[in-house]
Amino acid sequence: MKQSRRNALKAGAAIAAASALPRFAIAQAGTVKIGMSMPQTGALGAGGQAALLALRMWVDEVNVRGGLLGKRVEFIVYDDQTNPANTPGIYTKLLDVDKVDLLIAPYGTVPTAPIMPLVKERKKLLMGNFSFQVNAKVQHDMWFNNSPWNDASSWSDGFFRAGQKAGAKSVAILAADNDFAQNLANGARTLAKKAGIKSVYDQNYPPTTTDFSSLIRAIRAAKPEMVFVMSYPNDSVAIVRAVNEIGLGPQVQIFGGGMVGLQFTPIMASLGSLLNGVMNYNSYVPGIKYPGIEDFLKRYSARAKEAKVDPLGFYLPPFNYAIGQMLEQAVNGANSIEDAKIAAYLRKSEMRTIVGPIKFGKDGEWAQARVVQAQFRGIADKDVEQFRQIGKQVVVYPDAYKTGDVITPYDKARKAK
Amino acid sequence: MTILGLPSELWFEAVMFGILLGCFYAAVSIGLSVSFGLLDVPNVAHPAVMIVGSYCTWALWDRGLDPIVAGVLLMPLFFVVGVLLYRFYHASFEKRGTEAGVRGLAFFFGVAFIIEVGLILIFGVDQRSVQAEYIGSSLELGEYRFPYRMLVAFGVALVLTFALTLYLSKTFTGRAIKAVAQDEAALRLMGANPVRIKQWAFGIATGVSALAGAMLIIVGPVEPAMDRVYIGRTFCVVVLAGLGSMTGTLAAGLILGIAESIVLMHPDLGASWAPAVAFSLLLIVLSVRPQGLFGR
Repeated sequence: MKQSRRNALKAGAAIAAASALPRFAIAQAGTVKIGMSMPQTGALGAGGQAALLALRMWVDEVNVRGGLLGKRVEFIVYDDQTNPANTPGIYTKLLDVDKVDLLIAPYGTVPTAPIMPLVKERKKLLMGNFSFQVNAKVQHDMWFNNSPWNDASSWSDGFFRAGQKAGAKSVAILAADNDFAQNLANGARTLAKKAGIKSVYDQNYPPTTTDFSSLIRAIRAAKPEMVFVMSYPNDSVAIVRAVNEIGLGPQVQIFGGGMVGLQFTPIMASLGSLLNGVMNYNSYVPGIKYPGIEDFLKRYSARAKEAKVDPLGFYLPPFNYAIGQMLEQAVNGANSIEDAKIAAYLRKSEMRTIVGPIKFGKDGEWAQARVVQAQFRGIADKDVEQFRQIGKQVVVYPDAYKTGDVITPYDKARKAK
Repeated sequence: MTILGLPSELWFEAVMFGILLGCFYAAVSIGLSVSFGLLDVPNVAHPAVMIVGSYCTWALWDRGLDPIVAGVLLMPLFFVVGVLLYRFYHASFEKRGTEAGVRGLAFFFGVAFIIEVGLILIFGVDQRSVQAEYIGSSLELGEYRFPYRMLVAFGVALVLTFALTLYLSKTFTGRAIKAVAQDEAALRLMGANPVRIKQWAFGIATGVSALAGAMLIIVGPVEPAMDRVYIGRTFCVVVLAGLGSMTGTLAAGLILGIAESIVLMHPDLGASWAPAVAFSLLLIVLSVRPQGLFGR
């Protein structure tokens, strides 16, 4: 007993000494400051906090590995409250007061769009974070957006293909009145026009809409065969409820598309069986094989419980962790923390991440889009754990990750197991 | 056939959805109608208190209670909180003079902010919603479908309006609350203590917020910062009604709800104009009747 206690103490002392060594070395070499704003409250707060946890996990791990180029990573984050008016001020502060070396964009299109002119003017590299089309007009050459979509139509492509396959010839488009949804709606309109699909309803709703019964009734009256919705989390919940209450009509083949929030665990759990049949975009669902993602999700789940954030973390956390992985590879590859050198490395190299290999196109978006369209099936009420099962969200697009065929019409899909 | 650009078969539903939505607006505004309308207390924390009601409802629902029952059970607790909150406000601001209003406004903004941060610390930033038999299903009358959750809000708004109107006109304390709004000094001369009357009324307003919070989470998901969405809307309803009028609050809610519903459903007006139309109505009514619809 005495012997084993002594051995344990020796082992403990050795581990402590080993872990102290690189930290001491890093402390001598200074720090690399990485700064960002993240929606930690407001409409995107739930997703933002989960994403932030993943980034903090990467920061902790990279510092244990010795930091970036031997310098400890210091991570500076502010809450932008999902308010686009706050982000230009926050990023100015990050650059002028905190003097950060590297910038990561906030999660989402709406908070990111206002900082694009600033980072372009300051010639700063910006790692994008699930933004959609924010660089289309600004054309910043040091923008690298980590999101599975690229051009305006890449998000809705899978949805429209599934609709056409089911014989749908008309579409209703309902979009929130904000940058993200409008960019997405423009892509959907272009796709519909190209495919000869008739638009029978096309409306933008105000972000303060309380109840969607009137809008859903108007859509039902238009008798569309596809209903493509672009909404933010609270609206997505209200729309799914209203669709279950008011109905869309038996002719509707597919409903969903671009509803943000239906990927967040608390929302999925609270909607429960009302989700059945909805076909919506996603970034990752169980069943998709990426190297290292399952191990990451296990570690994430343990910390998420403590932090009271999305316990499953399928949607944003892996991609945010991947932002850290890409920065690490690019800084080490370029052997520099200068924005231009890191950007040059990111432009020419394929990055290895837990969300698969990533290569950036000229516009700073993924060269190859990988937006998943998945259909909810056999969802029960009040059960969070069910979402870990393969088959609760059946991937119907893209073909490379397909786990089943889309069930149509929507009314039939609602009842499918 | 279309009437004013809206297919005739949709008119009935547009108005009906508007009535349901309007009653919901009235339900979430009626507490403010008492505290701001009758007592002149600039209670901008009213929607934040309501969100607390929503979260408390969620916590009780999570333990197996029906959301409406939870809302009713929370009312006495919120009444006590309201009484204490008013006592603090009175001692710190109202008692000290005429500038109390402006300082009180800052105080209630502070309360709203503390509530928001407190909710984030306790519950996190995730959206919360409840499930019940009447959520996600609807009353079907032939071709027409009306969501049960909105019918619940409709019923609660009617009950609250009726109960408060009766209470304010038929009971001694109710009449004293109305009197304190009109002439505090005269009430004091009659031997009643205006501060006590006000704290009682503020307690009622806060108690009603608990039930309104339950309605809020029944109608849709809530998150800690949601009070900001309702500050403008609830004040709009109370001012449009004419300060302190309970039936006016119901009527104003209905006007806003019906206007919003018609604009949302109309194919040519553009749904994104709905809030602009509702607030334009407020401006038009106030330009004709500055005292509001039912104000004296």
